[in-house]
Amino acid sequence: MTTEWMGVIVTYGITVLLAIPLGKFLAKVFKDEPNAFDFMKPLERLIYRLGGIDPGREMNWKENLVALLTINALWLVYAFVLLLTQGSLPLNPDGNPSQTPDLAFNTAISFLINCNLQHYSGESGVTYLTQLGVLMFLQFVSAATGIAAAVLLFRSFMPKPVETVGNFYVLFVKSITRVLLPFSLVVATILAFNGTPASFDGKDTLVTMQDDTVGVSRGPAAGFIAIKHLGTNGGGWFGTNSAHPLENPNYLTNMVEMIAQVVIPIAMIFALGFFINRKRFAWIIYGVMTVGLLMLLVPTLVTELGGNPAIAQMGIGQPTGAMEGKEVRFGPLASAYWSIVTTVISTGSVNSMHDSSMAMSGTMELLGMMVNAFYGGVGAGLLNFYYFLIIAVFISGLMVGRTPELFGRKVEAREIKIASIVALLSAFLVKGGTALAAWFFIHYGDASWAVKPSAWLNNPGFHGFTEMLYEITSSNANNGSGFEGLGDNNFFWNYATGIVLIMGRYIPIIGPVAIAGLLARKKYVPESAGTLPVDTPTFGLMIFAVIFIITALSFFPALALGPLAEYFSLK
Amino acid sequence: MKSHIGPAIRLTVVMLVIIAVIYPLVVAGIATLTPGGGKGETVTVNGKVVGYKLVGQKFTEDRYFNSRPSAVDYNAAGSAGSNKGPSNPDYLKAVQARIDTFLVHNPGVRKDDIPAELVTASGSGLDPDLSPAGAKIQIARIAKVRGISADRLNQLVDDHTEGPLLGLFGPATVNVLALNVALDQIN
Repeated sequence: MTTEWMGVIVTYGITVLLAIPLGKFLAKVFKDEPNAFDFMKPLERLIYRLGGIDPGREMNWKENLVALLTINALWLVYAFVLLLTQGSLPLNPDGNPSQTPDLAFNTAISFLINCNLQHYSGESGVTYLTQLGVLMFLQFVSAATGIAAAVLLFRSFMPKPVETVGNFYVLFVKSITRVLLPFSLVVATILAFNGTPASFDGKDTLVTMQDDTVGVSRGPAAGFIAIKHLGTNGGGWFGTNSAHPLENPNYLTNMVEMIAQVVIPIAMIFALGFFINRKRFAWIIYGVMTVGLLMLLVPTLVTELGGNPAIAQMGIGQPTGAMEGKEVRFGPLASAYWSIVTTVISTGSVNSMHDSSMAMSGTMELLGMMVNAFYGGVGAGLLNFYYFLIIAVFISGLMVGRTPELFGRKVEAREIKIASIVALLSAFLVKGGTALAAWFFIHYGDASWAVKPSAWLNNPGFHGFTEMLYEITSSNANNGSGFEGLGDNNFFWNYATGIVLIMGRYIPIIGPVAIAGLLARKKYVPESAGTLPVDTPTFGLMIFAVIFIITALSFFPALALGPLAEYFSLK
Repeated sequence: MKSHIGPAIRLTVVMLVIIAVIYPLVVAGIATLTPGGGKGETVTVNGKVVGYKLVGQKFTEDRYFNSRPSAVDYNAAGSAGSNKGPSNPDYLKAVQARIDTFLVHNPGVRKDDIPAELVTASGSGLDPDLSPAGAKIQIARIAKVRGISADRLNQLVDDHTEGPLLGLFGPATVNVLALNVALDQIN
């Protein structure tokens, strides 16, 4: 057990040690300062030329948003068409069918927006063409979109008054050529050498030692799994994601995959500090987020290690903790650590089945997604954190009787309105969506969908309710993990979560970028004795309180009906 | 909006070539240098492929070290966990039944010594491993069925135990397929 604790602690330690220099590197890349990847310049120039982009053109925040949304809309159409027709397209060695319109709608959106909710299984629901040409492509570009949007936000923190905040296309291209692509190549190589398949061969069939005839799904998975983590996408090549022995062969790859998914989100925080030259502020943000992570992580580690009390009652000792839905090669601690990391940072990949997590762990996983700002997804985490920051500035400004301002710019009614709407909307989507699902489950149990509402749930009682709550929460947080027992490949879930996915992604991008744009236009007032300093532990505590209060008030009732009720019933 | 459509289409095509064509081909190329050549490493006995090194398979017979319960019966054409919640009464009955079955096949074993992994399904349904305790608790049964001394089997399990990574991180594991291949070779 000692080695399992060490595994978790060292994994986190390595992540932070890598994130600090990576943050410095990211800041250099996006500030156009000389950096180690300048050899990519010729490739980038070629991309700009072929893409018809003028890299020197600065755009204001509205133009940038239009550019971002236009190219995203194009990808959506492209993905939808390919998924609908994949069955008759090449690179389909296993002969998998085309997706139904509702499933293609859900899948296209979910990968477009970096969520990777998967209502299909990788082995049977997609082809090698769509795995690579649609899903993996979107994993790269959606992560790059997130990074570009976050950097646009950084620009608004700069002290000089600016109308223009940069060029979306340039930030987007550089995110791929200098960060996502080279790092993915490294991770993919490590995975391949540990046994993850990477060739284009189709499914194999063999007779086992006990004379069973079984298939073995394969394919060019290593590159896909690398970007799935580096881009905090989370969608797996195989149905069971990183619990699958070919997707995550051993403890080493497990550490690599865990580091790969958190390192860029943490590095983005430090990048902010280097970018606007306020390292102390970055450390305060990092501190708040880390305390948040630990508050979710520690109870989960302890609970999973303790095992299932209902199984303990049968007289089974559980020295290795709760093992349902977990793999022996990872053990309960690395599984518990992963389940929290993947929910706080919106990756949504799993190395154990969350549906079989203990009730307290389920609560923590849900909370991670409800807050969605402790580190958060690539780029998106900081965007989410930003509106908590704006609200904290406003409230503390009112409390001490000073004008609320952030980095020399006044925060006024309009900004607060936008931030509040974004904060409230997420609670509305989660609870509204779950209520709607529960309503169908109760009143239309026999609706003739691919999976009848009465057959949706894989577990009875409180846990069944949690399956629905988890699915909607995961969609809203653009996380993509699931309580996979839920029968979700049908009309209702494909469309309902599809709509929640879109709103849960673009509103938290548009809101903060709009606020940043509004702030950037305001007159810069140099900091004085009358300014409320935001880079102090006191203010860090204030942000934490705002996050805690908003989240608790918004979501506690739903948690009480689901995982908390199950927790108390198991005692 | 309009002025952005042209660049959007052109940039998408360029990125598709880099990301979806060149990148996977490079990774596939690198993977040809690995032991399995990127196709997955197989295990061969007497010239016949009996399995993939990393993918678990079903062992339920008394003469083999049994593998964990699986929601997909170890058919790696797919993969799945049971997704049963900790309080599900049907699930708890199934666990109880597995405990009872195990005790019938392994008389003399104390209930509280049964490792949890032997009565619970894995996340992937393809877990290739057991903990050393999960293998050792089956030794008495196999020794009796095969007429091999328990000491010899103990040694076999120890030889096939993969310690923590670098001796420092993570749990120790035993690959069930490799263990059973070696077990067959003793006779």
